[in-house]
Amino acid sequence: MNARLKPKHQRLVLLVIALVILIGAALLAAWALRNQASYFYVPSDIAADPPAPGQAVRLGGMVEEGSLKTRTDGVTVDFVVGDGKARVPVTFAGIVPDLFVEGSGVVAEGSLRPDGTFAATNLLAKHDENYMPRELAEMTEAQKRETISETTE
Amino acid sequence: MIAELGLAALWLAAALAGLQLLAGAVGMREGGAALAALVRPAAIVQALLCAIAFGALLLVFARTDLSVALVAKNSHSAKPFIFKLAGAWGNHEGSMLLWVSVMALAGGLIAFLERRLPERTMIATLAAQAFVGLGFYAFLLISSNPFERLPEPAAEGMGLNPLLQDLGLAFHPPTLYFGYVGLSVAFSFAVGALLTRQVTPEFAKVMRPWILGAWIFLTLGITAGSYWAYYELGWGGWWFWDPVENASLMPWLAATALLHSASVLASRDALRAWTIMLGVVAFSMSMIGTFLVRSGILTSVHAFAVDPERGTFILVLLALYIGGALLLFALRASTIAEGERFSVLSREGALVVNNVALSAILGIVLLGTLYPLLTEAFGVRVSVGPPYFNPVGAIFFLPMLVVLAVGPLLRWRRDSFQRITAPVVAIAVVALAVLAGVYFFAGIGLLPLLGMTLAAAVAVASVLPLRGRSLRRLPLPVWGMVIAHFGVAVALFGMAADSAFTRERLVAARVGDTAEVGPWAITLAAVDPVAGPNWTALEARLLASYDGGAVTELAPQARSFWTPPMETSESALRTRWNGQLYTVVGGEAEGGRWQLRLWWKPFVTWIWYGGVLIALGGFLALIGRLSGDLRRRSAQAQIALRRGTALA
Repeated sequence: MNARLKPKHQRLVLLVIALVILIGAALLAAWALRNQASYFYVPSDIAADPPAPGQAVRLGGMVEEGSLKTRTDGVTVDFVVGDGKARVPVTFAGIVPDLFVEGSGVVAEGSLRPDGTFAATNLLAKHDENYMPRELAEMTEAQKRETISETTE
Repeated sequence: MIAELGLAALWLAAALAGLQLLAGAVGMREGGAALAALVRPAAIVQALLCAIAFGALLLVFARTDLSVALVAKNSHSAKPFIFKLAGAWGNHEGSMLLWVSVMALAGGLIAFLERRLPERTMIATLAAQAFVGLGFYAFLLISSNPFERLPEPAAEGMGLNPLLQDLGLAFHPPTLYFGYVGLSVAFSFAVGALLTRQVTPEFAKVMRPWILGAWIFLTLGITAGSYWAYYELGWGGWWFWDPVENASLMPWLAATALLHSASVLASRDALRAWTIMLGVVAFSMSMIGTFLVRSGILTSVHAFAVDPERGTFILVLLALYIGGALLLFALRASTIAEGERFSVLSREGALVVNNVALSAILGIVLLGTLYPLLTEAFGVRVSVGPPYFNPVGAIFFLPMLVVLAVGPLLRWRRDSFQRITAPVVAIAVVALAVLAGVYFFAGIGLLPLLGMTLAAAVAVASVLPLRGRSLRRLPLPVWGMVIAHFGVAVALFGMAADSAFTRERLVAARVGDTAEVGPWAITLAAVDPVAGPNWTALEARLLASYDGGAVTELAPQARSFWTPPMETSESALRTRWNGQLYTVVGGEAEGGRWQLRLWWKPFVTWIWYGGVLIALGGFLALIGRLSGDLRRRSAQAQIALRRGTALA
């Protein structure tokens, strides 16, 4: 059918197709971003308004002292992430980052299970002073203050 | 002394860039010929001065001159020599100096060699190049002086991030920079053509080798960066949609679109305004990429430099160049005459669809990369990852591949469905056969399934333009197209196979234990401490056997560096034609067991083979274009010579 269109109309057709595709892409991207972006939570956020189970989120906080346990399979770890106000149990199967220790900050990527535990698919710990997740950099400062106020009470 | 020499050369080069801009701006007017004559020499001398400055930086790093702040911060006397040199550009200041040097070198080359365009357009182009260069000189000299001295020489350097002490990575950033700078040249040509209203096929032909060169470097840079992330980070993934990865992908997408639209302009004199627009967009993406990486504004494993002042500087440059270019475009676009017309069903039509799809993907990646910044302005922290990029990108990428398969079969200007029915049916039959085969025998997810189907379709379609043609007389650029398109199919197959068939095992093994992953049986033979020049490590000795065959040994390490202190895991790989075994050793678990993470990744290497093929295609096209230009030039010289002798 295109062969019968005048050349000028052909140009118009292409322009319309291009515009429709580009606007469609922008709308689709906007819609998908609202649904697929993974939000950052601290434990008290999860206590107040938990994300839907299975939704990809990031959880940041401190690994509580004495909470880190390795299961008998040798590769699955359980620990508790807290922010001084709330606590979230986390499980992770894999090789933990080298600077992942009790009492230090961590950002866990994963999702909440229906039973309220957080299944982490990836752990980000402080690598060195040049790189750490930004949430973590700020949070550890807040956390330090929390810890100090808690211990001095 | 050497550092001061480098700094002086840099200041002189900046002054020459200023002269080049002024002389160009005045020289473009009537009666400015005397000043215009200064532009080319200024560009050439500027290139030489930048080469001296960069040479000086290399020299202070080679000698580990610890009185230079940059060396003290990024190097160490105990570092292997090659990494001392790589340290020169493995940091913010050095990499910006590299950027400026390459840019000056490109400007010098154009000034020295390029004679095909009208001289006014060339003067305008070189002035635009100087304008862009000046911003980067200011950035270097004001906020990131690489030659700054310390009041007291440091006793010892602070070392280089161990993650960066890797040969592949030493050459990764320069490769990307060559790509970015190539696009800045394309941008200057676009501005020059706009200023003098000379948007002609000749202009596209002059610009094309620069786009091709930039595109080859970007392709290689992205391919190498992906492989580096794959084996160095020890996570087994090859693309993380990390902002820094996106920063290199976005210019590539724009350059790919520009490459194709410049081809249309060069051979058909159509898509004039669109090509200029893409030239502006491609360089904008390079600038945005630099901004994202250098400002450290986004959370990223790569964002080593967190410095708001520098970020602001680049942002201002970005706004200045891109805003200025877009304004110029808006003012001049209406004066660009409409090019040759073509039917929707034609080679041009297919290339327009390809361009639109690439632009759509570019927009999607850009939005996804910037979205976290946007929401943070409203106090909401988000991260955007594969659940967004993969499906949304695929919606435009997969249809684009269909057009990629059919487009090269079409004729320029106008074509009919009847003429290409036979090859299209052949492609469709192959695609459907693969679709059915993979669907029934493998049972995999939708995206990998479609990926494999289209990989087969594109592989078959990419060689179809060869049918009925004499292979010996086929022009190199056509070979380039065929090989690059075939490379797309190879890479796509690797991606689909990796995401569909990867097998992963995570075990805590005692010495002597055997674990199985896919067709491999892997025995932990020993765990030994080992030491390197600036690290110690635990090394696991793994004995692996494929399908009961011969035993090969792998030795993954968990390394501890001490300058600066940092832990990394060195994966060990065993490559077969049909995939890769990927092993990582972790910490010690209770009961004398060791954590091992094992992957069998079928056909994963095809991703990078594909990337190399794509770059090779670009390289062949570049050689073809350049040798064509040379032949034409010598023919013209002979004609001129003959005329001269006839006159005498």
